[in-house]
Amino acid sequence: MGVLEKAFYSPAGKALSAKAGLKEPPRLRRGRTWPQGAIVLASLGGGTVAADALSLLGRATEAPVVDDQPDTPAGYGSRIGALVVDATELTTIAGLEDLRAVLRPAVRAIEPSGRIVILARAEQDGWEAKAVTRALDGINRTVGKELRKGATATLLYVDADAASGDLVSTLGFVLQGRSAFVDGQAWRVSAAAQRPQAMEDRPLDGRVIVVTGAARGIGAAIARTLARDGASIVAVDIPPAGESLAAVANEVGGTALQLDITAADAGATIAAHVAGRGESIYGIVHNAGITRDKMLVNTDASRWGSVLDVNLAAQIRMNEVLLDPTTPGGITDGGRIVGIASTSGLAGNKGQTNYAASKAGVAGLVAAMAPDLASRSITTNAVAPGFIETDMTARIPFVQREVFRRSNSLSQGGHPEDVAEAIGYLLDPRSQGVTGQVVRVCGQNLVGA
Amino acid sequence: MTHNAVVVGGNRTPFAKAGGPLAQASNHDLLTAALDGLVARYGLAGTRIGEVAAGAVLKHPKDFNLTREAVLSSALDPSTPACDLQQACGTGLEATVYVANKIALGQIDSGIAGGTDSTSDAPITVSDPLRRALLAANAAKTAPQRLKALSRIRPAHLKPQAPSVTEPRTGLSMGEHQALTTERWGISREDQDEIAAASHHKLAAAWDDGFFDDLVTPYLGLARDAILRADTSVEKLAKLRPVFGGPGGTMTAGNSTALSDGAATSLLASEDWAREHHLPVLAKVVDAEVAAVDHPGGDDLLLGPVAAAGRMLARRGLTLDDFALIEIHEAFASTVLTTLEAWKSDEYCRSLGLDGALGTIDRSILNVTGSSLAAGHPFAATGARIVPTLAKLLHQRGPGSKGLISMCAAGGQGVVAILEAV
Repeated sequence: MGVLEKAFYSPAGKALSAKAGLKEPPRLRRGRTWPQGAIVLASLGGGTVAADALSLLGRATEAPVVDDQPDTPAGYGSRIGALVVDATELTTIAGLEDLRAVLRPAVRAIEPSGRIVILARAEQDGWEAKAVTRALDGINRTVGKELRKGATATLLYVDADAASGDLVSTLGFVLQGRSAFVDGQAWRVSAAAQRPQAMEDRPLDGRVIVVTGAARGIGAAIARTLARDGASIVAVDIPPAGESLAAVANEVGGTALQLDITAADAGATIAAHVAGRGESIYGIVHNAGITRDKMLVNTDASRWGSVLDVNLAAQIRMNEVLLDPTTPGGITDGGRIVGIASTSGLAGNKGQTNYAASKAGVAGLVAAMAPDLASRSITTNAVAPGFIETDMTARIPFVQREVFRRSNSLSQGGHPEDVAEAIGYLLDPRSQGVTGQVVRVCGQNLVGA
Repeated sequence: MTHNAVVVGGNRTPFAKAGGPLAQASNHDLLTAALDGLVARYGLAGTRIGEVAAGAVLKHPKDFNLTREAVLSSALDPSTPACDLQQACGTGLEATVYVANKIALGQIDSGIAGGTDSTSDAPITVSDPLRRALLAANAAKTAPQRLKALSRIRPAHLKPQAPSVTEPRTGLSMGEHQALTTERWGISREDQDEIAAASHHKLAAAWDDGFFDDLVTPYLGLARDAILRADTSVEKLAKLRPVFGGPGGTMTAGNSTALSDGAATSLLASEDWAREHHLPVLAKVVDAEVAAVDHPGGDDLLLGPVAAAGRMLARRGLTLDDFALIEIHEAFASTVLTTLEAWKSDEYCRSLGLDGALGTIDRSILNVTGSSLAAGHPFAATGARIVPTLAKLLHQRGPGSKGLISMCAAGGQGVVAILEAV
């Protein structure tokens, strides 16, 4: 910690920054925790999927306060934990008023780290209905920015044929503290004929999951979080990182595999490691990545190539081998592939052309693979971290780092666990209906969200 | 009922020269690191292993229960028992034999053999007069008695005593002994330097191939053997001054092993246990033998393994031609060369009570991934470095491939063993 940073976080510095309008960032609710206050359910137009999913989650719900009196703004008597709006039957501009009427009191009453969740249909017929669908996205993004004290907003596009069993893992993730740093995002839940079952605390029990780049930072957090959820971890990292890799593997009771993922036979080596243990891969998290930042005018072929190879090409090569049904130890049907994109990739970032190319490429890759692997019930998704507090970001100069930290709706950097939780959600067997998606874990970063 | 004792795999730290990158690590730290890497590689966290046997040659008195304490510091189940075992440079291999024998007898179904040494963390002791004075002072009942006891201490007594690798009965260092042997057997400087250069080149090639990716786990930021010099050559080695055998000697720092820091472990199991746990089965431990020579009586100190190998091969009805690979521990380049000469010598082998010469070998099967000259030689660790390395090499060559290990040790002892790929 530099002198400036120490001064900033000293009591005097904190008092000064508070006077200057810089608020202490809220402490986020994390982990497998539910909102403390009531979960309010508003069904606009008779949709039932949200009610059914909440019932599967074992969450009691309360009726919404509706702001329908012209002169007296309606209010809740106490804080509420979450508002879930089933807007799947909402197709008209006039109907948006119903949404406003339940949002207004709820936004005012929402507790710290509370949740506003809107469920909508992605595919609508007609010009007005399509416009309304898009309007919901604007509402969600804006509510996310207006909410305070760590409360977040999420928009879920639920396919018409998706049932409560398909929605349960997603709604559970969004309501729980696991989604602490996911804010202002929208993604899609499709029908996957999931039986209507409750969420599990250890959904990955007995499942083999490969995590690349697992020796430190976000990768180590992924290994720990997935192990908490029951997964048997194969921790992969380059041989020089072997010491911390072994520590992570031993901590989570998994195995360490020292391997350069850019090696031509990397996929085969991973498969052989798993097959040798009499197992097959349920999921792989392609977390390994590097940066070689330079402005484009200073980016040579080597900086360009190494980043694209490690961050993108290597996972395509490994996927091909692991998805080959003749590869012993490969990815089983019903399996999961999760890539790591980045808000830098989605929005672009100065000095990171190579990195942005690779990370936007990951988003393209998971979208491309999803339909092709649907017949084998293998889902492919990515998470896109924003500013996450790691050893890597700790090296960014303090002032710049503090600016990055605060440039999102939650006014703070995310934790490696926040990225890991989102990955755990995508890996959940119950998340079968979520594929080809990118979930940003960025606190609604001002850029790239 | 006997069981097949098999080598599942191994793990070691990279090795480094004394005072180098691992200088701050104790034997306890090193052995724990080697164990933890092994545990991680084979997913043994929280697993109770039948027994861990390991040791160190240079050991602090506080490390009286070194291996058990390292087990407690490791990710293994704390109910894993352990014992310390020491046979000088043969420790790592003797520990392997100890564990393999227990497995073969059905006393345990899994075990870890290992060794560690830190010449950076060597036990420094006090002189005998100082120790006597301190003990007397401690036992004294009155202050004057205590003062009287302490008054016997002289400045010279305060000088700490570092351990030396000197043979107690001859007063000669191991290098000085080997210089006598080198001279006696007429081993040339060029041949020694060739062995040393080849060791570095073969070890470097194995590292570059990724051969050690599943045999070594980095430690304290060190990811490769620090003594290794990939760019050395016979020409460069020829420039070094002799360090043993006087001014006309042929043994240099380049063709003798450096004092080293490091630890190594090997996971052994009954074949059934390994298969039930879906662990690799690389090679079985076929046989082993220990022998000793009368070096105070003039025998070559480091040729102990010759008799051991001769007796073991005779017992097994094997000849040197039956081996796909041979590992001769490179204590010195000339140890390897004199061992090869001794194997060829009818006269020498008969003097050991053997039926005749063991024969000659094709050098291309010798120490194919380098040995102690390039890797370094933390005394007790070396045997546990060689066993998994050889087991992996034999496994790559296919079932039935046999390998011979020959290790010399202080005190005129030698340990040999046979592995056979499963």
